Amino acid sequence: MVSDRKNLRFKTENFRELGLLLFIILLSVLIQFRNPTFLTFSNIETLLINASILSILAVGMMMVLIVRGIDLSIGSTIAFSGMISAMTVASYPHIHPLISILQGTLVGSGVGFLIGLLVAKFKVLPIIATLGMMNVVRGFTFLVSKGRWISAYQMSIPFKEIATGRILGMNTLVVIAVVIYSAFYYFINHTRTGRQIYAVGSNPDAAEVSGIPKIRIIWMVYILMGALAGLAGVLWVSRFASAQGDTAVGYEMNVIAACVLGGISISGGSGKVSGLILGAVLFGILNNALPLINVSPFWQQGIQGVVILSAVLINVMVKRTNERQALRRRII
Amino acid sequence: MSEYILELRGISKTFPGVKALDDVNFNLKPGEIHSIMGENGAGKSTLIKIMTGVYIADEGQMFFNGESVVIKNTNDSQRLGIAAIYQYVTSYPDLSVTENIFIRHEKVHPITKKIRWKAMHQAASELLRQLGASFDPRTRMGTLSVAQQQIVEIAKALSVNARIIIMDEPTAALSNRESEELYRVTEKLRNDGVAIIFISHRMEDFYRLADRVTVLRDAKYIGTWNKSDIDHDKLVMAMVGREITQMFPKRSVRIGKEILRVENLGREGYFKDISFNLHKGEILALTGLVGAGRTELCESLYGIAPFDEGAIWFDGKQVKFRHPREALDNGLGYLPEDRLGHGLVLDWELFRNVSLPALKEFSFRGFLSLMKEIRKTKEFGERLEVKATSVFDKAATLSGGNQQKIIVAKLLTADLKVIILDEPTKGVDVGAKTAIFDIMGDLAEMGYGIIMISSEMVEVLGLSDRIVVMKEGRVTAVLNTAHTSQEQILRSALGSANGEVNHGK
Repeated sequence: MVSDRKNLRFKTENFRELGLLLFIILLSVLIQFRNPTFLTFSNIETLLINASILSILAVGMMMVLIVRGIDLSIGSTIAFSGMISAMTVASYPHIHPLISILQGTLVGSGVGFLIGLLVAKFKVLPIIATLGMMNVVRGFTFLVSKGRWISAYQMSIPFKEIATGRILGMNTLVVIAVVIYSAFYYFINHTRTGRQIYAVGSNPDAAEVSGIPKIRIIWMVYILMGALAGLAGVLWVSRFASAQGDTAVGYEMNVIAACVLGGISISGGSGKVSGLILGAVLFGILNNALPLINVSPFWQQGIQGVVILSAVLINVMVKRTNERQALRRRII
Repeated sequence: MSEYILELRGISKTFPGVKALDDVNFNLKPGEIHSIMGENGAGKSTLIKIMTGVYIADEGQMFFNGESVVIKNTNDSQRLGIAAIYQYVTSYPDLSVTENIFIRHEKVHPITKKIRWKAMHQAASELLRQLGASFDPRTRMGTLSVAQQQIVEIAKALSVNARIIIMDEPTAALSNRESEELYRVTEKLRNDGVAIIFISHRMEDFYRLADRVTVLRDAKYIGTWNKSDIDHDKLVMAMVGREITQMFPKRSVRIGKEILRVENLGREGYFKDISFNLHKGEILALTGLVGAGRTELCESLYGIAPFDEGAIWFDGKQVKFRHPREALDNGLGYLPEDRLGHGLVLDWELFRNVSLPALKEFSFRGFLSLMKEIRKTKEFGERLEVKATSVFDKAATLSGGNQQKIIVAKLLTADLKVIILDEPTKGVDVGAKTAIFDIMGDLAEMGYGIIMISSEMVEVLGLSDRIVVMKEGRVTAVLNTAHTSQEQILRSALGSANGEVNHGK
């Protein structure tokens, strides 16, 4: 009974990440044939810079999805925190960029705190709570800005350099993304609290019975999501050198899509940081490469959609195969 | 030091309206496997939950190593070294085996609090090796079989140095081969001095494993015996108690021609080699323990789930329904056990529920005729004596028994030949039960063939013409109700001696 199907299981378990990696390599090779500028250093850097904000957000969304939640409000949080920090910089040009980053992160945490309150404490369905907060936060963004934009000339140079500067020869955005990934990789895989996120998502009832502070874990996850969205807001505004009321409308869907591509289960409990990186990179490639090989912009979105649906379909099929194998092991 | 590691004296527990335990005694020696047996509802689960601190006893005393203790919550019982493994494994399917074993007491670095994966995997490997399991502790829990998951649960208990391990029906979901593995592990634990409480319906668990047995019946303590001091018949008698009197006299109905025949039906992982037949006007009871595969079998008959092998003959022709709609159109109806989940649209008025299975009959030129719906519902309601203020009542406002009647009314509107009733009296009071039995008698008289899934001996013996007994996905006996006894049914359901298939003609 205590069988030795280890090897076979090993393959199906890791099939997703491996398959995704193979798909990315295949796609890159194909694109490279069509357009040799694709795999040049400068294009890869552009690709990574573009993917960095998305992937920072995806880390937060991954945790939210693992605890069986979803956060639709992050596009609004990005706009809100970006607007606040841009307005602050416009009024006080001598503020250190680190203060701006901290300010945006705190603003985002505040939004996350409210969402956590609604979801964890008052048991509002995550999709409803964040849908509501999406509109509330967006509304506040317009309110505080009175509908006006903050443009490049109103921002200090150090603030704009958050996104364009370099650390150790690498673009700052990419460095920040790498730091965030390392920190959260450690947090999720090597701390008790990080593992409890998975436990809560995998079996909420069992988690409660075994004494895991379920409410606190879920609340914390939404605060972290908010903090990352707040940080992303500052980075966004710095990168595009413009803060608008309608910044990042609908961006939450890209983040969720990247998570899905990376194999994070929408029904909770499972998902790996390694898969997430691949998902975010693949999403970045789709965005970057389709224009390079002269795919009409009208087709791009459709193609993205088909890729995402295929990823989900493969996910379901892998899962079903696993379940069927488990059933086979039960012999009547 | 007392001879017993755990002793319970005079335990009573009352829930609103029910006495769950009445002056029950129990004791446990270190290094023994002690079986607790009794029918469904005898109070076994309540007793365990008192030991683990999930419930608190109203009366009685508990002693641990001879000292009086009070267990107020699960933490108290854990501190005493009591661990419980439940029938439905309460694990984290997405986490690794190691994490499932060490959840809430992970090994972490004393200063950085970093999880020491290596040490944990090693310790988990060691625990699994002790239990004779060979799978990798890095495996995801959800990919393991139920038996393997139970081994992990045992490893979890060992990782906190449990001295008393309670296993609640651990073999219910296991195959024979897997059970054997569990027996081996359990015996090993006993030899290491762990005291084990083993709750099971299965006779073979008791004979194979236990040193002593305590029998409960109707919330009362019946007795404790050494295995050598009690034979099979005495044990069954202790569990069942009195002979059941015929509460519901069976009406004599003329049995007609064969309407349904099932030949060697099988579905991988659920049931296998199922054969029986059903005649017009006959009530066939389908019994066995919970988890024997009765519901799964009927779902396959009705087209909810597919079957892999065998054949179904319905009204003279071979059929394989792929959808309940097809089954209904051909005259096979099914009343599910979860009547609130599957049987009724609770937010709908009674008449809309009743007309649902046969909308075509209630419509005129493609539009539903409200008059027809109301007239029919009234007619059925009166026939079944449904207690409701009007046909416009929402289904949710009715009592359980009356909801059940509405579902039966639904079945009557469709033009059926065979009706399958899954635990039709579960959760309804005695009065409603009698009404449902009356309806079943009426239906049989009208020539319907009826299959009734039931775990209650009273119903099975009192209502049916023949009895099909299932165990672990197989038919162990087909009995003629007039010439059988409760003991014989129980023996077939538990699967000890006399398990031969006899076709009760």
